[in-house]
Amino acid sequence: MRFLRAWVIRFKGLFQKSVYERELAEELESHLQMHIDDNLRAGMSPQEARRVAVMKLGGLDPTKEAYRDRSTIPLLESFVQDLRFTFRQLRKNPAFTITATVMVALGIGASVAIFAFVDAALIKPLPYKDPPDLLFVTETTPTIPRAAISYPDYLDWKKLNRVFDSLDVYNQRGYFLTTTDSVEDVTGARVSDGFFRTLGIAPVLGRDFYAGEDLPEAPNTLILSYASWQKRFGGKQEIVGQSVTIDETPYVIIGVLPQNFHFAPVENAEFWTTLHPNGGCLLRRSCHSLHGVGRLKEGVSMGAAMAELTLIAKDLEQQYPDSNRGQGATVAPLAEVIVGEVRPILFVLLAGAGLLLLIACVNVASLLLVRSETRRRELAVRRALGATTSRLIRQFVTEGLVLVLVGCALGLLTSHWAMQLLMGLIPSDMMAGMPYLEELGLNSRVLLFAAIVSFFAAALFSLTPTFRLLSLDMREGMAEGSRGSAGKVWRRIGSKLVVLELTTAMVLLVGAGLLGKSFYKLLQVGTGFEPEHLITLRVRAPVASYGKEEQSVALGRQVVERLKNIPGVTSVALTSTLPVNINGNTDWIRFVGRAYNGEHNEVNQRQVTSDYFATLHAKLIRGRTFADYEDAGKPGVVVINQALAKKYFPGEDPIGLQMGDTQLSPTSIREIIGIIDDIREGPLDSEIWPAVYYPFNQMPDFEFAVVVRTAKAEESVLPSLGDAIREIDAKINISGETTMMKRVNNSATVYLHRSSTWLVGGFAVVALLLGIVGLYGVIAYSVSQRTREIGVRIALGAQRRMVYKLILKEAGVLALSGIVLGLGCSVIAASLMRKLLFGTPPWDVATLLSVAVVLGISALLASYLPARRAASVDPIKALNEL
Amino acid sequence: MGNKTEIWQGTLALMILKTIETLGPLHGYGIARRIEQTSGDRLSLNYGTLYPSLLKLEQEGAIVSEWGVSENNRKAKFYKLTRNGRKQLARETKEWDQTTAILARFLTPTEDQP
Repeated sequence: MRFLRAWVIRFKGLFQKSVYERELAEELESHLQMHIDDNLRAGMSPQEARRVAVMKLGGLDPTKEAYRDRSTIPLLESFVQDLRFTFRQLRKNPAFTITATVMVALGIGASVAIFAFVDAALIKPLPYKDPPDLLFVTETTPTIPRAAISYPDYLDWKKLNRVFDSLDVYNQRGYFLTTTDSVEDVTGARVSDGFFRTLGIAPVLGRDFYAGEDLPEAPNTLILSYASWQKRFGGKQEIVGQSVTIDETPYVIIGVLPQNFHFAPVENAEFWTTLHPNGGCLLRRSCHSLHGVGRLKEGVSMGAAMAELTLIAKDLEQQYPDSNRGQGATVAPLAEVIVGEVRPILFVLLAGAGLLLLIACVNVASLLLVRSETRRRELAVRRALGATTSRLIRQFVTEGLVLVLVGCALGLLTSHWAMQLLMGLIPSDMMAGMPYLEELGLNSRVLLFAAIVSFFAAALFSLTPTFRLLSLDMREGMAEGSRGSAGKVWRRIGSKLVVLELTTAMVLLVGAGLLGKSFYKLLQVGTGFEPEHLITLRVRAPVASYGKEEQSVALGRQVVERLKNIPGVTSVALTSTLPVNINGNTDWIRFVGRAYNGEHNEVNQRQVTSDYFATLHAKLIRGRTFADYEDAGKPGVVVINQALAKKYFPGEDPIGLQMGDTQLSPTSIREIIGIIDDIREGPLDSEIWPAVYYPFNQMPDFEFAVVVRTAKAEESVLPSLGDAIREIDAKINISGETTMMKRVNNSATVYLHRSSTWLVGGFAVVALLLGIVGLYGVIAYSVSQRTREIGVRIALGAQRRMVYKLILKEAGVLALSGIVLGLGCSVIAASLMRKLLFGTPPWDVATLLSVAVVLGISALLASYLPARRAASVDPIKALNEL
Repeated sequence: MGNKTEIWQGTLALMILKTIETLGPLHGYGIARRIEQTSGDRLSLNYGTLYPSLLKLEQEGAIVSEWGVSENNRKAKFYKLTRNGRKQLARETKEWDQTTAILARFLTPTEDQP
């Protein structure tokens, strides 16, 4: 207790030093006076009396020293002194302070921001119970690695497997919510009864679906997402048990999901209902509309699950050859599927930010090194006045800490701001697929990362000048004028650091260059149509009024007619699926009069109206396209794409041939009437699949997409389209009104390529600047150190040209080593990110060469200034300085 | 100073406390003289070492200080024992007695030992 009290008082003493000093001085003065009085009484002379008194005290200053140590905490006190000194130093040299803090802040800010994304996507566990035991389970075909699973197949897999505790399925679907005054589009998902139990999620309000609630005769029930409960129902507790009308059918709300729950594959689904397999797709084994989630039994590996499901799929293939031929099984960790395609990009960005941090730290370290050089005199004075080596090192550590702490604080601010900025740049469509990013922020893991990074930076910053100090020690015996040799040591370390910086900059520049080239190549990919001046939107009409085929056909014609009459619109067409979207919605086809071995000929299936190809400006290669009158009453016709013609009819003319489904059932038989040049249905970086285009009027639907070509700017026409369609029927739902250019540019593939190009490009530009500044620093310092030598050379008759050559050679060696090392590292780094490159090899010679040239020219510029200064050295002045 | 004993580490505080208890409030110089006199001038004491000890005792709450006037009309800082200090003195005296008794038994031969 009393020790604690003493420490508290001593700590307070840190701040009351002057009080203590004054009191002690007075107390010692009175002590001496009393002693002198006594000595005088004992008969000593005044001088003798004072001398004896002071001697008996043990000297005034040692007493004060001992007293001072006791009155405060010496270690802490010296730390406070170091701190004060550090701040004074930093204030005295604002250029250094600002440069160093900005660099540290930039490096830490960028890497922490990117790490926060990595954390949110890859490190933070998914909000389910034991996420590593959860597998994504689905079927696979030779063309689609992760295809959907059909409901009958799912039931067999569920019944026959012995590897999963439970296996459930889901699919994404939209709903129409009928409210008092309108019909709203609501995102949703359908799941099998045990879906939430498999994930290990319990509703926060109400109940989960019970077993059997996904049977055809089960009542219509609905579980709300937390956000939907808050947004649509004001978070009211009594919502459970109430009924809502979706898709014109009453559903009872039975529960609300937890706030942190998300399931990226169905984006941010608001309404969760069960599957009701009472017709249509779910009952057909050939209709693949679901994906599975399985929870592994304890001790079962992913490989074992894969092997077991593959065996089951093989059995089903033999049992149902017509529907299951070529349908295998595949599993993957659920986390991998949820994070999806951003995974490799995040790693590349993290690596980029890490390299930027490295280059920033190296730069600051070399700045500190230069500074320690200019502070040699100060250090010598401090040492002469009795500062120990450990005390001097403590001073460096304090300086490093202060620099990093200030930089880290600024860096965290920067990263917070950068995260907001990056989040704002993600298109909302993509954001919907990445719900895990919503909890992005400076959480404990991100802060820990920042702390670790800062620790290493602080260690680097305090060690660099410390090593310098120790190397100084070794030559302490040397004459004070041994400036040249000390400079040489620094030049050696400093130039190594610069080579490291240039190498790093080179790697980042090559990365940015390759990504940029991939991005350019991606945008150059032919789409098979002219995307400019096109508007797209999606229409969904109520099934009650438009569900019948002739109703759908009539609606389609009305929509086309109405939109055509809008000024500025030149043509209008409908399609089941918009281009540059997805390879999928496939069909299996077979040709009449051709040998058939039962293999599935998988093709993209699209239903389009007669003006579709003309509206897109797609090129007809042979034959003709449909006419509007070709509806259910006329013979069936199809247009195929060139990829189909090439794959199945190489060197032949397929026009006039007939095709149908795998059974060649009479209703499915259609005649091939035309070949269209390939339209890119899937993402820009995907392959062209064979495709079959059916007349919309022969295969109509109450749900379709509209493509509108305009004569003038799309934006002027776009707002009027929705209203024109709603004039037909207010209950028709319109969504996704945008231009084709925006659709393409905001598509996931383009967005990912563009954002990674810009981010890595940004890192690379900063790295280039830092590397060049570093090179300039080293050369400029070297010139300042060699002024005398250069003066002597000039005095002895060296040409200015020779001096230029001397300095540029020094810079050239450094730049060249950086470039050569950088080339090697770049190729390695680029092969690691090969997945992100499109149409560009990691060793792309043009990119490597141009980056080398850019770096070389920048290095030349950076060394030209000091070289000029060296060449203009006045030999008389330089020699006078001797 | 040849035959004078150096002060043992830690015993100075005890001597200070005992001195103040015996003589009442006293200034540093007085305490130093008293310690020397009591030892019969057999202790060599640097008066300066007294002050850090006094500060330590004050920080620990065993004594309090107050400026006053000495017998010769000199301004001086007087130290006074607190209740805590009295307790500390009693405890340390007891501990010291025990230690010395043990050591004494250890070092001086008695009758029951051959």
